[in-house]
Amino acid sequence: MTIDVQPDTTAPAALPGAAEAARLRRSYRRRHVLARIGLYVGAILAAFLCAAPFLWSLITAFKQNRDLYNPANNPFLYNRPATSDHVLYLFERTTFTTFAWNTLWVGVLVVAITLLLGLPAAYALARLDRPWAGWFGVVIFLVYLVPPSLLFLSLSRLIVAVGLQDSTWSLVLIYPTITIPVSIWLLIGFLKAVPRDIEEQAMVDGYSRLAAFWRAVVPLTFPGIVAVVVFAFTLTASEFIYALAFVSPTTEKVISTGVPTELVRGDVFFWQSLQAATVLVAIPLAIVFNLFLDRFIAGFTQGAVKG
Amino acid sequence: MTPIDTAPRRRLADREGTLAWIFLMPSVIYILVLVAVPFVLAIGFALSDVTAGDPSFDWVGVRNFERVFEDPVFWRSLGNTFVFTLISMALIIVLGKVLANILVADFRGKWFVRFLVLLPWTTPVALSSISWLWMLDSIFSPIDWVLRQLGLLGGADALIKPDTNMYWLGEPGLAMASVIAVHVWRLTPLAAVIMVAGLVAIPRDLDEAARVDGAGYWRRMFEVTIPLVLPVAAVAALFGAIFTFTDMAVVDVLTNGGPNNATQVLTSWAFFRGIDGGDVGQGAAIALFLFPLLLAAAVAILRAVRRMEV
Repeated sequence: MTIDVQPDTTAPAALPGAAEAARLRRSYRRRHVLARIGLYVGAILAAFLCAAPFLWSLITAFKQNRDLYNPANNPFLYNRPATSDHVLYLFERTTFTTFAWNTLWVGVLVVAITLLLGLPAAYALARLDRPWAGWFGVVIFLVYLVPPSLLFLSLSRLIVAVGLQDSTWSLVLIYPTITIPVSIWLLIGFLKAVPRDIEEQAMVDGYSRLAAFWRAVVPLTFPGIVAVVVFAFTLTASEFIYALAFVSPTTEKVISTGVPTELVRGDVFFWQSLQAATVLVAIPLAIVFNLFLDRFIAGFTQGAVKG
Repeated sequence: MTPIDTAPRRRLADREGTLAWIFLMPSVIYILVLVAVPFVLAIGFALSDVTAGDPSFDWVGVRNFERVFEDPVFWRSLGNTFVFTLISMALIIVLGKVLANILVADFRGKWFVRFLVLLPWTTPVALSSISWLWMLDSIFSPIDWVLRQLGLLGGADALIKPDTNMYWLGEPGLAMASVIAVHVWRLTPLAAVIMVAGLVAIPRDLDEAARVDGAGYWRRMFEVTIPLVLPVAAVAALFGAIFTFTDMAVVDVLTNGGPNNATQVLTSWAFFRGIDGGDVGQGAAIALFLFPLLLAAAVAILRAVRRMEV
């Protein structure tokens, strides 16, 4: 808990006696070293607690059945040689690749719709100086707080009404309602960070307001847009309730509903394959998100604090 | 049709008021049609006798609510929802702040630590719940194995109990604790990231001024950092609360509401009644109970945002 990030360097000046000063310096250095040790212990502990279930999944994924289902075995070691059979089973004998492909194209389309609608809306709220922009932004953010659990019943009737029941396309239609509000909120932050002079200069140079937005502001916001893309895609890939309520045929399912339902047959769990699927999905998403974490934090700060 | 194509003339493209509406309209219409309309529809369902087999709409007034109130499982779910949300929110905020302090510091291997810390949040919740399901397995749980090796479990003189397994998801109390633990594990990284955003936004000179004035670590923490982070922490708390309050994936995968409805929450109960049971009217009535509480959360967010703007 007492992780002091900044080492104390402000030793009080002008103290009588060199011995006293040396003592103080030693005491500060000791405190600094203790703080560093505390930081590393905290970081390692946090990383371990967060990753533990995935480590366990990784070990499990390559175990033989006879090794796995023996409670006397040390579960953290390979008591029999590791095998890749269950990972191969996942790819060759299950519809995992179909789920992954569905998740991917749903995510890409949802992100595209989100940007197409959200980017202009965010620009209108961030830059076009309407008096109502402030509270309108708050209202849009509040929509993000209306949870799927409140809407899934009536939305599933709506999906039937438009004939999209049991089709992955229903998710393409519905997911933007989750991603648009939060993306607008983040994009407002990024757009406000672009200096106004840039558009004004572009307009002086003969661009219309619209062209200034499209040709000058959007390219400058590009890193922020990428962060929003990653965030929206993660939200889409994680969604569970709508996917469960709207889609039931196996080949139309996405990862988050397909893996738990199709790799569990009654009471029979294909544990190794399930764990392999978890790790295979978890690692790429976390790596990509980590790449854009700083951007995401910047957007959150600007959207929230300067909103 | 993209809004960018909708500017036929240069003059229109330069009129900011019109342009603002053209830019906003697609998003507003999308959300009105697919959020506001279903919301009103949900209220309608709650007051009607629509079922999966008989979709005709007949007004029944508050009869659905009466039937819901008569059901003890509903009250149990409501209580569980509150217990889950309050306990996990408190833990998420405290642990999130600790994690945020780690994440703003500089140290070797930070990239890798950040990657591992992000895993619980970026992994689709249904999949990470499966990982936990296996970790908490009634026979092969590695936690049980460690406890057995330590002599805490199995055997007559074991400290916890003589059984060879804890049955994490089989005992009502443990099942509840397990579901809370998974929620906390999953949402703490998000809370930490939000709080890092708040910590980064604090002007450095404020902290340094307090330092020069002789304030120690704890004094600076409680009189400078925490008051300044409070609005962002409130946002993190509300995100956490809403995610916990409305989530059903963890419950669905881990316990499916069991044992004996001990971990049933409002969302999973509404799903069970409305989709699995086909009684749309009753499911909608249960789901509507989330709304007053979410409205309260929304008001709290508005206050936090306003405080930030001061």
